[in-house]
Amino acid sequence: MIPRFPRGVRLQEDKARGRWIVMAPERMFVPDDTALEVLRLVDGARDVGAIVDALAAKFDAPRAEIEADVAAMLDDLVAKGALAW
Amino acid sequence: MVNAPLALLAELTHRCPLRCPYCSNPVELSRASAELATAEWARVFREAADLGCLQVHLSGGEPTARRDIVEIVAAAHEAGLYTNLITAGVLLDAALMQRLVAAGLDHVQLSVQDAEEAGAERIGGMKGAHARKADAARLVREAGLPLTLNAVVHRQNLHNLPALIALALEWGAGRIEVAHVQYYGWALANRAALLPTRAQLDEATRIVEAARAAHRGRLVLDYVVPDYHAARPKACMGGWGSRFLAVSPAGRVLPCHAAESIAGMVFPNVREVSLHEAWYRGEAFERFRGTAWMPPPCRGCANAEKDWGGCRCQAFALTGEAANTDPACVLSPHHGLLAAAVAEAGQAEFRYRGVA
Ligand code: SF4
Ligand code: SF4
Repeated sequence: MIPRFPRGVRLQEDKARGRWIVMAPERMFVPDDTALEVLRLVDGARDVGAIVDALAAKFDAPRAEIEADVAAMLDDLVAKGALAW
Repeated sequence: MVNAPLALLAELTHRCPLRCPYCSNPVELSRASAELATAEWARVFREAADLGCLQVHLSGGEPTARRDIVEIVAAAHEAGLYTNLITAGVLLDAALMQRLVAAGLDHVQLSVQDAEEAGAERIGGMKGAHARKADAARLVREAGLPLTLNAVVHRQNLHNLPALIALALEWGAGRIEVAHVQYYGWALANRAALLPTRAQLDEATRIVEAARAAHRGRLVLDYVVPDYHAARPKACMGGWGSRFLAVSPAGRVLPCHAAESIAGMVFPNVREVSLHEAWYRGEAFERFRGTAWMPPPCRGCANAEKDWGGCRCQAFALTGEAANTDPACVLSPHHGLLAAAVAEAGQAEFRYRGVA
């Protein structure tokens, strides 16, 4: 499964407040640091496995643990309309 | 410390082919000749982005009633703002849609007055509007843009709430905003015809919650409840002069789109000052910012920084004093006014603009 930003949703820098946000139709989400790491890897090409691999390498953490976190996070972001499959 | 605003509501015009009896436009409309020009809006957008705004809601009236709507979208997009068009949809055609997308439009919010044609056209006061809205929704989706359906609900269409949600799915909306009417301006004049009963409200809330679960991941449901049945007010605009600003068709900078309904207030105008100046130094923004202005019972209340004492426009409309606690709060000495209004409601006929 490959997550992507649906049309009308984008990750963008909020310079005035020194943070990154997800802009979506009439709402915005402020991702926490972990969510931001995941969202930065969403490029419409990487599937969930590739995202988990990249995070496991970057944080030198056990893959299984990351996999569960990423799955829960993606599910939540899809429900909010911030991501789509 | 004063926060930078997050979003700008650009009220491009008060002109609109519809005449909804709950329209939140001021009772006193700005004339077309007084409207800001294209270049003035472009400057407003750049100033808004510099101030920290991330998103602009292009609204009205009917924003597509402006002949320069494409240039306006382009200017907002170039300023780096996320562009949202809030439209009744009846003036959209394929050519205009294409030009709007090319100009950088990000999202469309389309209003519907009811789920079925007869009701929708009675409420909106325009024949043929509902079919044109269906076309508009299709054009938005064909252009690949996300669509939100905005359903303003009240006593006379709440029975169709399930059908409104079905309509959102049928028209390809990714989001529906089910918004109970807010009562100031024109809506207040029609309150007796619009206020839902407690039973209607509870049923609506139940339907929204069930639909949320049923369409999770497919349709986002946002729900704005009416405060007439509430015990605590809403945090109007996330606090006066805290997150949000609006610019009226004639250039007045407002802390909330209804703020002009408060008699005696003077608002800065973008023709005279920068948005920065208006936001950080405008007396109208200072007046109700934070909590220092609050009289009791808000003063010292544990909720003061959560709900900011509710809505200034509603406080003014119902008590004659904008600084009073919003009567939606049970702690307000005027709270009884709301129950009285609910008890009196039940009138069938609307009052339309331009009709005595
Ligand atoms: S569509 Fe209805 S609510 Fe919106 S501006 Fe027109 S009359 Fe007012
Ligand atoms: S008294 Fe004022 S601050 Fe306290 S809950 Fe009521 S409206 Fe909010």
